[in-house]
Amino acid sequence: MSLREEWKKPAIFIGVFIVVYFMPIGTGRFDSAILEAFHLARWYAQEHVLLCLIPAFFIAGAIAVFISQASVMKYLGTGANKVLAYGVASVSGSVLAVCSCTVLPLFAGIYKMGAGLGPASAFLYSGPAINVLAIVLTAAVLGPELGLARAVGAVAFSIVIGLLMAFFFRKEEHERASMKAAIPQEDDGRPLWQTGLYFASMVGILVFANWGQSTGGVSAFIYQNKWVFTALFGVALAVIMVRWFGVNVRHMAIAAAAVAALAFAFPGNPTVPFLAGVVALILLLAKGTEEGRDWLEQTWGFTQLIVPLLFAGVLVAGFLLGRPGEAGLIPSSWIAGSVGGNSLAANFFASFVGAFMYFATLTEIPILQGLLGAGMGKGPALALLLAGPALSLPNMLVIYSVLGTKKTAVFVALVITMATLSGWIFGFMMA
Amino acid sequence: MKIQILGTGCAKCKKLTENAQEAAKELGRPIEVEKVSDINEIMKYGVMLTPALAVDGEVKVVGKVLSVKDIKAILG
Repeated sequence: MSLREEWKKPAIFIGVFIVVYFMPIGTGRFDSAILEAFHLARWYAQEHVLLCLIPAFFIAGAIAVFISQASVMKYLGTGANKVLAYGVASVSGSVLAVCSCTVLPLFAGIYKMGAGLGPASAFLYSGPAINVLAIVLTAAVLGPELGLARAVGAVAFSIVIGLLMAFFFRKEEHERASMKAAIPQEDDGRPLWQTGLYFASMVGILVFANWGQSTGGVSAFIYQNKWVFTALFGVALAVIMVRWFGVNVRHMAIAAAAVAALAFAFPGNPTVPFLAGVVALILLLAKGTEEGRDWLEQTWGFTQLIVPLLFAGVLVAGFLLGRPGEAGLIPSSWIAGSVGGNSLAANFFASFVGAFMYFATLTEIPILQGLLGAGMGKGPALALLLAGPALSLPNMLVIYSVLGTKKTAVFVALVITMATLSGWIFGFMMA
Repeated sequence: MKIQILGTGCAKCKKLTENAQEAAKELGRPIEVEKVSDINEIMKYGVMLTPALAVDGEVKVVGKVLSVKDIKAILG
């Protein structure tokens, strides 16, 4: 073997060996950190996988199959209306960028072949932060305020950043690629309102199945009856799938009867019929039309892609930071000292770290949960949520290869500034 | 004949590359599978949604992981 080519693997082996050799097993802090990692993993498995992640994966899969990307790109192509382009760029991440690896090619495409620097920057900032999975999991784990603030903050500030980028570099009109973007052919097309209702029924299931406990008002009423609402949206989805998506009526009736029977057999345990519904859906899709099989395949694709990363992220977050209220390996006082409260410095520190650190899809959420539990303020948490997924060091290198040094530096500076400001403002509103 | 797989290296792009190699093998013709991972190169093909598959520089499919069977159909 040649050392020059094969140096990486031995280096990893030696690294792992040194870590294991000196592992401080037996010291209280280390042992409890290991336990914390598994506690947090179990908490996620019990609280978030069945009702939250599984439906969210199905929605992500449906987006990939049923939303025509061509119809969105139309508004971001060359010669698109500028005002419209900013609006579409800032929100289209929610349906386009389900996987963070799709963000960069889309960004480069919008910049080089489409609406230009402003909308491209807006898309790059908001895209990774507002995809359905990220928003749903943020709201479920970190609370509805942070989920909402993340969505609103990402959209609003993406437009500001886009406009500023376009303004700073208004003199450098780049050469547009003369070729037309290759965009997949438009599908046979189902009316927009049908697709809309279909997604509304799925989002309804997701939202009501995860409705959090609360005291008083409409929210408490919904919480008490959340399974009634969930079931109603489930029925709506079943009807839509039969009428517009070519699912066999008799098969659907059998599936619905099975779910209903289980709901009456286990009145105290709504998870049982919910899971039966998921299994029935999988069977219906696997036996059904080509579209249905596509949907299933995409859903499984996202699940395979995201679950291992998320699981690893949860273990690492639990190990380093512990559950809320418990300490992991890193002392809580460090965290409270650097990102506690809501000072400008704390917000800046959080956005700066977030901008350079790499978060695999969705792993920013368990990490933030750990940080919040260890004393991080809500403002800095939002700052990290906004700067984190939009940028990372490897990400910056790709952006640099597309935009060049100056524009990349300005973009990074703008992201850090905007994330700091929005965190700071949010921190004030929450205080 | 030459197949180009355009993608920045995410899981889907790897899957498409595997399928393309498998399809080339099953057809038993000398078909070269080339990976294009530099984002500026990808842009030169006019592709915004990865993974994409091109044959001899002509883009055939965008934003989708094709099965071995589909790729064989494209190669003819």
